[in-house]
Amino acid sequence: MAIDASEVQKVAHLARLSISDDAVDATTTTISSILELVDQMQAVDTQNVEPLANPLDATQRLRADVVSEDNQREKLQSCAPAVEDGLFLVPRVIE
Amino acid sequence: MYQKTIAEQSQALASGEISSVELTQSYLDRIKQLDGDINSFITVTEELALSQAKAADERRASGNADAMTGIPVAHKDLFCTDGVKTSCGSKMLDNFIAPYESTVTSKFKDAGAVMLGKTNMDEFAMGSSNENSHYGPVKNPWDKAAIPGGSSGGSAAAVAARLAAGATGTDTGGSIRQPASHCGITGIKPTYGRVSRYGMIAYASSLDQAGPMTRTAEDAAIMLNTMAGFDERDSTCLNREVPDYTATLNDSLEGLTIGLPTEYFASGLDSDVEQQIRNAIAEYEKLGAKVKEVSLPNAKLCIPAYYVIAPAEASSNLSRFDGVRFGYRCEDPKDLMDLYIRSRSEGFGEEVKRRIIVGTYALSAGFYDAYYRKAQQIRRLIRDDFLNAFKECDVIMGPNAPTSAFDIGSLNNDPVAMYLSDIYTLSVNLAGLPGMSIPAGMANNRPVGLQVIGQHFDEARLLNIGHRFQQATDWHTLTPALV
Repeated sequence: MAIDASEVQKVAHLARLSISDDAVDATTTTISSILELVDQMQAVDTQNVEPLANPLDATQRLRADVVSEDNQREKLQSCAPAVEDGLFLVPRVIE
Repeated sequence: MYQKTIAEQSQALASGEISSVELTQSYLDRIKQLDGDINSFITVTEELALSQAKAADERRASGNADAMTGIPVAHKDLFCTDGVKTSCGSKMLDNFIAPYESTVTSKFKDAGAVMLGKTNMDEFAMGSSNENSHYGPVKNPWDKAAIPGGSSGGSAAAVAARLAAGATGTDTGGSIRQPASHCGITGIKPTYGRVSRYGMIAYASSLDQAGPMTRTAEDAAIMLNTMAGFDERDSTCLNREVPDYTATLNDSLEGLTIGLPTEYFASGLDSDVEQQIRNAIAEYEKLGAKVKEVSLPNAKLCIPAYYVIAPAEASSNLSRFDGVRFGYRCEDPKDLMDLYIRSRSEGFGEEVKRRIIVGTYALSAGFYDAYYRKAQQIRRLIRDDFLNAFKECDVIMGPNAPTSAFDIGSLNNDPVAMYLSDIYTLSVNLAGLPGMSIPAGMANNRPVGLQVIGQHFDEARLLNIGHRFQQATDWHTLTPALV
């Protein structure tokens, strides 16, 4: 399936990525060639084939909804770009 | 001593012939001397390694050692290591000092193994050549013009150049087996769920699996004994008994039936590589195995199915890198959207962005059925092909890659051509099977590995098959000239 430059830009935005104007043509060509490769799948008849999510057909293991980890807020925030009073800082969202 | 295997070093440590401090220092010296050129390490943890070595020597003296105690190993830089930079080969995590320890690395710590450092890799494990690293490409110790393979290229090169006794790797579509093959070492990707993924930075969660990369199958068995087992903290880790992988290494191969898939010896396979693979299989016949042709009719579809499933899961997993809680943040964001977009666009490399875009597209409204669901249906066909083939044979053998290692720079401008080189490894991850590469010859003066694919949970049999071959041949003892 061919994809055009504006669609690539739109999908990139959904993924919170930007593509510079001078790279958009090359990116579109590459993404199109990848989609062409994966489109080989469309020729295969998969009617009545169940999708396989886990190769051993295992299902999600559940556990009791109880606290299992210690509170390590300071340690876990030590690698954050900006924190204050135990909160992550971001640019102002509400004026 | 650096020429010795983990099994031999373990004996030398036990007999007091050498201390772990001496052994560790000799590897650190070699890294200083040789790695500037090979580039297999992103971080060398010299001080930590020497203090762990000292602790290991004390533990041995107190009579409380296991096989890995005091053995110097390297970890792929996607295992989180508490207090040590964990970059995943990305600018995004260049400043990331992990605040916790992965299950795999903590098991090595508990066993008293020494960590020499963290190895180079394709960014977020996306790549087949180790050229997609923020820290530059790794060179193949056999020929510095060649790629070492990827994504665990740093681990493979470090073991091949004798810069570590063994290393950890991860394999989502061949990332242990293919670099092991290209660097002339042994590597095994266990059954999906055999080794905990906790603390491994996720690429494609339904495919990712960690395993050992070593000189010999015996060493891989020793390391896998440390790595394997159930972990509450990984929801897909399987609660199933772990055998002693060293106990069955010497079992006879008499009567073993080896399946050779027609599709793995079709056009596209380099004739010199094919010759080495066929020679290795002839060696197995001498060891008492029988050979039978089998078919994996959907084999070729592994490429399209993988290059939908893996990018789709990656696009979801990598959404956590938002410049807010950890990792790279852009300068002076003007608002929250700008913070997200510029942090991600500046922090990720080209191949990672490409896969995020493909994955986002495949999962977007209206395309889900045509891409992700379709790929998962094909995934079932591919797995069932293997289950059918295993009705007629015990293991499957073939190449890991269509050629021996290609030159650095030869494919990295053509992503589709690079993807096609994964043809023999991807299906094993889609089917969740264990797969191993062992050194089996040379083509174009570069190593060739034999891939051995087992049934689910058959790691012990694969390692037995690898060990018996290594008792009968000496491909695994060949060393690169620079060593």
